[in-house]
Amino acid sequence: MSKITEVFKKGKAFIPFVTAGDPCLEITEQLLVEMDKSGADIIEVGIPFSDPVAEGVVIQEADIRALSAGTTTDKIFDMLKRVRPNLSCALAIMTYVNPVYGYGIKKFLSNCKEAGVDALIVPDVPFEERALLKPSCQEYGIEYVSFIAPTSHQRIKMIAKEASGFLYCVSSLGVTGVRSEITTNIGEMIGLVKEVSNIPCAVGFGISTPVQAKKMAESADGVIVGSAIVKICAEYGRDCVPYVAEYVKKMKDAIS
Amino acid sequence: MSKGYFGRHGGQFIPETLMNAIFELEEAYEKYKNDPEFVKELDTLLKEYAGRPSLLYYAEKMTKDLGGAKIYLKREDLNHTGSHKLNNVLGQVLLAKKMGKTRVIAETGAGQHGVATATAAALMGMECEIFMGKEDTDRQALNVYRMRLLGAKVHPVTSGTMTLKDAVNETFREWTNRIDDTHYVLGSVMGPHPFPTIVRDFQSVIGREIKKDMLEKEGRLPDVVMACVGGGSNAMGAFYDFIPDRSVRLIGCEAAGKGVDTTETAATMCTGRDGIFHGMHSYFCQDEFGQIAPVYSISAGLDYPGVGPEHANLKDIGRAEYVPVTDDEAVNAFEYLSRTEGIIPAIESSHAVAYAMKIAPNMGKDKIIVVNLSGRGDKDVAAIARYRGENLYE
Repeated sequence: MSKITEVFKKGKAFIPFVTAGDPCLEITEQLLVEMDKSGADIIEVGIPFSDPVAEGVVIQEADIRALSAGTTTDKIFDMLKRVRPNLSCALAIMTYVNPVYGYGIKKFLSNCKEAGVDALIVPDVPFEERALLKPSCQEYGIEYVSFIAPTSHQRIKMIAKEASGFLYCVSSLGVTGVRSEITTNIGEMIGLVKEVSNIPCAVGFGISTPVQAKKMAESADGVIVGSAIVKICAEYGRDCVPYVAEYVKKMKDAIS
Repeated sequence: MSKGYFGRHGGQFIPETLMNAIFELEEAYEKYKNDPEFVKELDTLLKEYAGRPSLLYYAEKMTKDLGGAKIYLKREDLNHTGSHKLNNVLGQVLLAKKMGKTRVIAETGAGQHGVATATAAALMGMECEIFMGKEDTDRQALNVYRMRLLGAKVHPVTSGTMTLKDAVNETFREWTNRIDDTHYVLGSVMGPHPFPTIVRDFQSVIGREIKKDMLEKEGRLPDVVMACVGGGSNAMGAFYDFIPDRSVRLIGCEAAGKGVDTTETAATMCTGRDGIFHGMHSYFCQDEFGQIAPVYSISAGLDYPGVGPEHANLKDIGRAEYVPVTDDEAVNAFEYLSRTEGIIPAIESSHAVAYAMKIAPNMGKDKIIVVNLSGRGDKDVAAIARYRGENLYE
């Protein structure tokens, strides 16, 4: 059983996201350790990209801060290899297709494996193009995460049938970022998934408060939070670690 | 399963949120492209509104001055709105209307595609929003006002390098935000399938007209067809009909900026490598980690780190050549054509003019070159004056 599958067997999963290298990789390393201790079940580590088309302003700016600080994919893998033995949670990498493809798919996945990364999340590779990454992910024993969105409709079952690890359910139209209200009927989306597969469903995009997280967890198997955490990193910079840890604990408690 | 490949380039690399929208677009395009009523409506618009067919003009003074191959200019600059962009826009906005969309959004670099989109939206009664890099709204202030005059809302994009690439990012972001009533009028032969095919088809009228006129005027095909290449829509439009005619050399002129041996360049074919970005597999300027490189050209319309997938394939199979042209060479050509033929070309098109100036003298007088003059240069006059050290602002 993969580490990702194990996580969802234990109960509702809280999945925080951080942009690697924002404000620097030493802080990211501390964040991983403290988020793990605070109850994170899977941590999504974002490899910053120059042109993150699916991100709202908060994560766009984090990517710029990280890249400007000299963060590179090689340095991120080095950090992950160093910190992995100290983490008990599962680890996912979230990035765009070109940082994987341009780096070399096999080299990228071989580094993932060495660094103990359990899953790869790439929002700009849709179902139709999965042959680019999925077979290689399987070869390296890394779960390839698929997406469904509020616009997926008739595509949901097709995607769910082939999904591995967990299914990333995009809660809203638009890009990542904190939203005061989520209007999509998440329960219905997940219902369609569960008709054809028992793949765990984690909801992301727009979630920031414990109340929202609790509501999402009523139908979802996991809750993903990115921008709200990156905002804390932006506000407190190098002092962000305890604030993020406290937030993760609060969110994990809300869905437990 | 995957669609829209030209050799190994192309594809559909976009977030799941947009997948149904591009399938819907593909379905609508397949339905309407051969629909007699749609074809007739578009033909009428191209003829009565855009002013097609555009002229194939024999540049006699330029030919004699250069002393080699005979040079013809395909006058896309004479289209309504001043560039080839309207060919594609009229097709896409008409298609969007048939699809029941009421709002169009578009990216723009130099502003030509934005102006064309705003124009078609005004004509067909659609709401219109244009995304343009902040740096380009400064470089092309007149076009920004022109779009507003046409009823469009212009959003200056302040993310990234604040140029065309970032305008594309922002337009994709806006599309994921509002899909139901909105069509993204992509301005070049790039992005996810079906855009490279749709834009190429709507632009291919350029090459068809060149061929017809050339056969009438010269009784034979040209030896060279050349055009500037950013994303590559005017070039693809000019080349497409000539691809099976192996005797015709196809030359794409890229913006080398300050030179391909500097970092201030936008010559994707010469300096880029395989990548996947903006929905497509193609060539991109990027670093060893796959980060998209900041590119540079004096021409806002060519200031783009990628190139359309069909061009990438034409390069791979050796059917077309792609050459770099520097800022300096383009500005010289801008001035040369103005004083030699009384035609002020867009700084984008000047890149193709510059390369014609380079090769024509070395070709025999019995040879024929067609340069696609994709746009007119009124928008560039102030910027070129500044390039020459004159303190001229619009």
